[in-house]
Amino acid sequence: MAISAQRVAGVSGLTLDPVLVARARELATRAAAPVVDLAKAHTTVSVERAVLRLAGLTGTDPVLGDGEVPWVNRVVDAVREQVGLESGVALPVWHALANGTAPSLSALAEQVGAGTARFTVPTGAEADRAREVARAAVGTGIARIDANRARREELVATLGDPPRRPWIYLIVATGDIYEDIPQAQAAARAGADVIAVIRSTGQSLLDYVPEGATRTGYAGTYATGENFRLMRAALDEVGVELGRYVRLTNYASGLCMPEIAVLAGLERLDMMLNDAMYGILFRDINPQRTFVDQRFSRMVHARAGIIINTGEDNYLTTADAVDEAHTVTVSQLLNERLAHEAGLEDWQLGLGHAFEIDPDRPESFRLELAHALLARGLFPDAPLKWMPPTKHMTGDVFRGYLLDGFFNLAGALTGQGILLVGMMTEAVVTPWLSDRDLALRNVRYVLDAAGNLAEDFAPQPGGFIDARAHTVLTEALQLLERIADHPQGLIQAIADGTFGITKRRPDGGKGLDGVFRKAADHYDPALELLAEAKEPAGV
Amino acid sequence: MSEGTVIRPYGDTTGDGMVQTSFTLPVPPGPQADGAALQLAAKMGISPAMVVHSTGIGTAFTFFVVYGSVQHLVDLAEVHVEERPYPLLSPSEVNAAVKTRLRRSLVVLGACIGTDAHTVGIDAILNLKGFAGEKGLEYYRELQVANLGAQVSVPELVRAARTAKADAVLVSQVVTQKDAHLRNTRELAGAFREAMGESRPLLVVGGPRFDPAMAADLGVDKVFGRGTTPGEVASYLVHALVPSPDSQEAPA
Repeated sequence: MAISAQRVAGVSGLTLDPVLVARARELATRAAAPVVDLAKAHTTVSVERAVLRLAGLTGTDPVLGDGEVPWVNRVVDAVREQVGLESGVALPVWHALANGTAPSLSALAEQVGAGTARFTVPTGAEADRAREVARAAVGTGIARIDANRARREELVATLGDPPRRPWIYLIVATGDIYEDIPQAQAAARAGADVIAVIRSTGQSLLDYVPEGATRTGYAGTYATGENFRLMRAALDEVGVELGRYVRLTNYASGLCMPEIAVLAGLERLDMMLNDAMYGILFRDINPQRTFVDQRFSRMVHARAGIIINTGEDNYLTTADAVDEAHTVTVSQLLNERLAHEAGLEDWQLGLGHAFEIDPDRPESFRLELAHALLARGLFPDAPLKWMPPTKHMTGDVFRGYLLDGFFNLAGALTGQGILLVGMMTEAVVTPWLSDRDLALRNVRYVLDAAGNLAEDFAPQPGGFIDARAHTVLTEALQLLERIADHPQGLIQAIADGTFGITKRRPDGGKGLDGVFRKAADHYDPALELLAEAKEPAGV
Repeated sequence: MSEGTVIRPYGDTTGDGMVQTSFTLPVPPGPQADGAALQLAAKMGISPAMVVHSTGIGTAFTFFVVYGSVQHLVDLAEVHVEERPYPLLSPSEVNAAVKTRLRRSLVVLGACIGTDAHTVGIDAILNLKGFAGEKGLEYYRELQVANLGAQVSVPELVRAARTAKADAVLVSQVVTQKDAHLRNTRELAGAFREAMGESRPLLVVGGPRFDPAMAADLGVDKVFGRGTTPGEVASYLVHALVPSPDSQEAPA
């Protein structure tokens, strides 16, 4: 038993060619290098707002609009108008505070609201003093993130982890956080290990984070600090009742990725959707904005002990899951590289992939197994995120239930870490209570019946599955070579339409006007603190 | 009721009327729950009904599977099908129609006009991500899509449409006060008419407050209401802009 468990946990049934694997990582590093350079050389409005959030600035300006504009936006916009953001928000803000302009950050924000705040970028000894106080202020937020990480570890130690892998991941989303809470608790009682609260449609494209508990949304519930807090408390409560820690997931994506990452750390979320390219490809967010925001948000996630989930499953909903299988592998390798660079460890990489091959295609299940085993073999220590069929769910709920059963079987057989529970009513309705219950019964049946089948299952070397996995890996290498050989690497590859079918120019899309090249005196106390201690407290 | 056109559901014998259904009631499992399910089935016209399966979901709900013979009859003579004036096409059918019959990409511009900053509507239709499980128009290879975003002024939109040689302009308005969406749309139609006359692009507006019957009154070609999906919009664009297979005439 011990031996087989080790094999399942370690390498998949496939033995991948180590030369190809090493070459893939080398190419991914090369392809991603220009993106890392770009991210280091720039800041964004959302990164700067995240700094203020870490220093404890909350609330909205009650006078402006309908009172929806957060103070962090007001302050960053004021700094930007008066002195620009090239030096960062920390220097002018804490220079003003150190001068006694206002007794606190929130009082300074109110001066911004009243139009009386005047910002200057300090130099010399004044800059030293501003940096010192800014670092202390932002340090309180980082300390809270560290305390949350320690608290999670304590709760997992006392309550316990889910009894087995894969963890069962279930979505709730009514638009009303107070409806989501009982649904999430019911889902946990029915066996969900991870609860994800899907965001309201289009929140990605808001350049601010809404505030407070929200009761209306479009096909989802807004991600806000208060909604995070309410759901966290509810899941902690049900975790005590169930005797296992129930994890909470949300989405660090879109124009406010860095701020949402900070809110997740401050409210002890456990997993965050965070993909390097999703916003660019699927939401037409500017590539530069995305890469800068993405790096900061991943550094915060690394510190917070949060597991990121990447979005490769999305490629397969737009492109053919067999023809474009290698783009998933390429994206996983790039996501891994960019995550490592930001300080995330392998156990934090929920790299995504999906069961989306046309079921009418002969051998579709064997192809699925090949792709899933390839991911397992390439990333042996990452908790892969296994996404259920959506594209070929037709409304025939009976066929859909069978397909979800095969999806669950593939997940068990290939050692996936996080299994998003598929609904037979996919593409019909947002899941009903009974849909979730039936879906969880499906998962339980498969895991109880065949959860340990991996120990008897080893595809033949040179056989169909082994050959297919190597074909996809080889195609992935060819694509990575093309990306790495681009003078601008990944960014140019995206402009050429390499991923999915969309082309996204480096200067196109939303949010470019919020990107600034850092001046020599740019100071971001959060980045400094996050970069200093790669070994976070509590480990 | 006419002879020969009346039918009943078919289980395994003609005329047996057998159906199966499933539902959840907000009651704990037990004999009372099963009785409640039978009562509901009877009111649905299923008689006799059998609760073949019931199981608790948590402590407060019960899920049922019910089989039985439904007493209602269907008269085919009285079935009337409302047909959409144009067929609903899949993305590949849209692409094929544009490619083979228009023989160039179809250029689509989208924007939110006026002070409305809520791009959720236009994004749902245009963004690759899409809406309601359907990919947005960016997904269609033969459509060349540009999303100008929020708070685009009407003159800006006219200029952009002229520069891009747009075949269609899509405008969405979500948040509106005192019928601002109607005023904005009339302004839009007027500006395009004045600037481009007959050669103006196809004008399509949409949003939850619009009444789809108002197109002519507003001076636009088509109005989409709440719940419209990208596929419906794409199908309409093909219907309106791509010559039909049997026509040699190029579209205006």
